[in-house]
Amino acid sequence: MSALPRTSPKVSQAVAFALLWIAAVVVIVPVAAILAIMLLKGGKGLSWELISSVEEGLLPAIAGTAALVALTALISAPFGIAAAVYLSEYARAGTLVRLIRLAIVNLAGVPSVVYGLFGLALFVTLLQLGRCLLAAACTMALLVLPLVITASEEALRQVPRRLREASLALGATRWQTIRKVVLPNALPGIITGLILSVGRAAGETAPILFTGAFYGLTHPFPRSLGDPFVALTYKLFVDATEFPHVEEAEKWATAAVLVALVVAMNLAAAVFRARLRRARRW
Amino acid sequence: MSSAQRAWEWFVGKVIRLSGAMAIVFVILIFAFLLRDALPLLRSASLREILLGDTWLPTSEPPKFGMLPLVLGSLYVTVGALIIAVPLGLATAAFISEVAPRWIQEILKPTVEVLASIPSVVFGFLGLLLVGPWLMELLDLPLPVFAGLGSLMLAFMAMPTIVSVAEDAIRSVPTALRENSLALGATRWQTIRRVVIPAARSGIIAGTLLGLGRAIGETMTVLMVTGNAAVIPEGLVGILRPVRTLTATIAGEMGETAYATPHYHALFMIGLILFVITFLTNTIADIAVRRSGGVAQ
Repeated sequence: MSALPRTSPKVSQAVAFALLWIAAVVVIVPVAAILAIMLLKGGKGLSWELISSVEEGLLPAIAGTAALVALTALISAPFGIAAAVYLSEYARAGTLVRLIRLAIVNLAGVPSVVYGLFGLALFVTLLQLGRCLLAAACTMALLVLPLVITASEEALRQVPRRLREASLALGATRWQTIRKVVLPNALPGIITGLILSVGRAAGETAPILFTGAFYGLTHPFPRSLGDPFVALTYKLFVDATEFPHVEEAEKWATAAVLVALVVAMNLAAAVFRARLRRARRW
Repeated sequence: MSSAQRAWEWFVGKVIRLSGAMAIVFVILIFAFLLRDALPLLRSASLREILLGDTWLPTSEPPKFGMLPLVLGSLYVTVGALIIAVPLGLATAAFISEVAPRWIQEILKPTVEVLASIPSVVFGFLGLLLVGPWLMELLDLPLPVFAGLGSLMLAFMAMPTIVSVAEDAIRSVPTALRENSLALGATRWQTIRRVVIPAARSGIIAGTLLGLGRAIGETMTVLMVTGNAAVIPEGLVGILRPVRTLTATIAGEMGETAYATPHYHALFMIGLILFVITFLTNTIADIAVRRSGGVAQ
């Protein structure tokens, strides 16, 4: 037998649990601090003038981000939903489905800057779109695609089987059942997924660096899909790293607007999902 | 059913089946395009010079494409991030699922979600304007941008991934296992340490790997806070000196690089290396997740 005195299990439990509590505090406090500092410093610099001014303000960046994420959602939705319909309604478990799932996991893990390279090689150069809103949105659509597929598939799977069976029993075809019964019932869940992807797209910088984002544009607002644009993330990056003369208060305001936007979209998705659960009829 | 309807049904089925395989097509496309624009670099430098060369001077004459400093820079920042994020992430996951009272759970879970949604450029901004200068003063450093600052910021960015995957794994450990252990007289902590965590091992490994993939691929934060000096980091002190990562090199240089120059191809080569690293970590993590799903049943 060991001669070393053993710590009593009760004491080691107390120590371990104390450490776990500390870990939780170490996670919560910085996040709370970040949000508080953002609100304080950002709030000070924030004014209606700053938001709405075209030359000095955030309006072009807000409009650019809005155009980018809207276009991203528009491009990724049909592809993502179709892939989800395949996985949930058509596919049978097997090697192909296993490979598709592995591919989705890998697409989700590709570094965002590598998406930027891919967009540059395919959309900007090979398809000759040039550096513009459309090329950036195509790149971004690819980046959020795994998110859209996963969220839509989950929404489709939550539609109960008996609804499908009832529709098929009435003589509807498989596609009619999907279009008239399954998709409408899954729609709120799919929209939640799309809101999340839009939030993700609004926060990304690396994929648009060399596919369409520019600073100091002659036309601050993109007039067509072929125009370059400025986004909030890109503006924050350039202001913070290359323009020391930009007032610090303005930089904090830009960061605060960006964080508020992204957090708001995530909250919206969470609220939407919660209400959905309560309203579900089955 | 009319024949037109039958044809339509057949057509829609085909389109959806094709869309289903799209994810595979895109992974292959990304790999192919990276390869296509990376391989011409081998005309300007040998694979040995590229992977083991210790000098990255892509615009000097003659240019040098040694990527070792960049690989080591990424390694330094990533390992540093994991040293902070893994213990903290696992502790948080264990705390949320096994120990925390309900009201703490309801604060912690949204906190982790908010953390996951904060854009990387914002972390870079905070590091550059707030945390970096503060640490420089505290630790008496020469510069406010250094490898360890990147690690610290990345740790908080990779942690949500680790927490959520590990928490899922811990939750999927059957209650019967816990009850058996408690019935044998083990304390709650002994049960967590000896029964729950070993049973959730695969999921915990998967979470760590996914966090690793996230940290290696992170771009904007490291571009902004690690100082971007393409030098080989030396020893432990290297943590407190500027480094440059693979991702930051692409993001920082591609904007000023002319199409189809050796420099352009070199940046795609870096992209290819990153793609291969993340492909491997994600595939291994995926296998581990599947295995942990097996434990649950």
